[in-house]
Amino acid sequence: MSLTVRIPTQLRTLTGGAGEVEVEGTTVGDALKALDVAHPGLAERLFDDAGGLRRFVNVFLADEDVRFLEGLATPITPGQTLSIVPAVAGG
Amino acid sequence: MVDFVTGLRCRECARPFPAEALHVCDYCFGPLEVAYDYERIAAAVSRERIAAGPRSIWRYRDLLPVDDESPVDLGAGFTPLVRADRLAAELGLGELWIKDDTANPTGSFKDRVVSVALTKARQLGFKVAACASTGNLANSVAAHAARAGLESVVLIPHDLESAKVTMTTIYGGTVIAVEGTYDDVNRLCAELSSERPSWAFVNVNVRTYYAEGSKTLAFEIAEQLGWQAPDHVIVPIGSGSQLTKVTKGFAELGKVGLLDEVPHVRISGAQAEGCAPVATAFAEGTDAIRPVKPKTIAKSLAIGNPADGWYALEAIRSTGGACAAVSNAEVVDAIGLLARTEGIFAETAGGVTIATLAKLAAAGVVRPDERVVALVTGHGLKTVEALSGFAQPTATIAPTLAAFDAAVTLEESSR
Repeated sequence: MSLTVRIPTQLRTLTGGAGEVEVEGTTVGDALKALDVAHPGLAERLFDDAGGLRRFVNVFLADEDVRFLEGLATPITPGQTLSIVPAVAGG
Repeated sequence: MVDFVTGLRCRECARPFPAEALHVCDYCFGPLEVAYDYERIAAAVSRERIAAGPRSIWRYRDLLPVDDESPVDLGAGFTPLVRADRLAAELGLGELWIKDDTANPTGSFKDRVVSVALTKARQLGFKVAACASTGNLANSVAAHAARAGLESVVLIPHDLESAKVTMTTIYGGTVIAVEGTYDDVNRLCAELSSERPSWAFVNVNVRTYYAEGSKTLAFEIAEQLGWQAPDHVIVPIGSGSQLTKVTKGFAELGKVGLLDEVPHVRISGAQAEGCAPVATAFAEGTDAIRPVKPKTIAKSLAIGNPADGWYALEAIRSTGGACAAVSNAEVVDAIGLLARTEGIFAETAGGVTIATLAKLAAAGVVRPDERVVALVTGHGLKTVEALSGFAQPTATIAPTLAAFDAAVTLEESSR
């Protein structure tokens, strides 16, 4: 199914400047991998060598941190938005 | 205008960036740090030059990431360092000092970081100052923006203490209450900063500069101790930025020759039990900071997903400090203890610090042979809700001598 992914400024050089892109996927991990297929280079920015999200990358599904859900395995329901947000902010 | 900044650098992968409104590495998302030419600072700076400067954070301008003939300034910093013998006696400690940041212009340490952030933002040409805040930052951004003639847009959680809301709205900026926790507000601001690149979000796109303002706590403590470092400092942890930068500040004093060598200062962290991701990781001996959903009266520290949590943990461990968490009841008790022993009225975050100090002292982690400094970072008038039902008059009487005698006799006989 298709979902919208919001892209932070830091990654927009890889999406031709787009702040939102559409991808297919049934889980958060699927969707992020599909994002890398559509916009090569994104995966190495998002994932560490072990295949997990980098320490300073936060991913939110429908505005909830996926670490409070099932992480990359979190299933996606139609119409949800995925946001990639740098973790270093606030305080 | 001379600053000693050579650029920005990613703390994780060391990639260099220009000294612009950037806070995150494009490549690995690591935080950017200000890079300084410490040799040039060492040649320029001296204790005498600092002593001749203003009685504010700007006396340390050589060690700050922005220089300006007229900074955005309400007089932040150079707050009292108070010897706390009566509190020390209660806690079984020896030489104890309170760094009283309740004395800042808007009543919290946030004035330090905001003065730096908005001075830099104005130099970079920004016309709008914005932030995500648990309240103290909101107060300070709204006030400093008003002072500088900047627009302000402040985002806060909807359930903040009323004094913090009033103290933000009075300055005339835009104040948006968000239905959610601080972490929700913060996520929204992080996303907004991509959509509003012409706004200076003090703790997002200009966070690199903002955070440096907290180093002035270390500089002041050392100067006020007669250019000596303390042995142990207790710092409250919200995002972890303040603790990380206090640690850095002490190290810099050694690096530029203001202290004879890089001092060994133990840094310990204080958290509230309802929001203790760093204390939990410390207790479990792990590196992973698991985010939590905050539930605590210490709203200014209610950050469940601390941006600098990992660095704070690293600073605590590498300096031989500790990290502990305290309950709401302990926080309220500690606010009372500090007030009746030292005459300082702290907000809930200060209660967290003092309660954690008491806990670490009882456990022998903070020792009576150490010179200890506890940071009290915000004023008690901001969080009076936490004390409701606790703070009542001793008696309410008719305006007569007889009524007074009756009330006070009653009070004395009940002791």
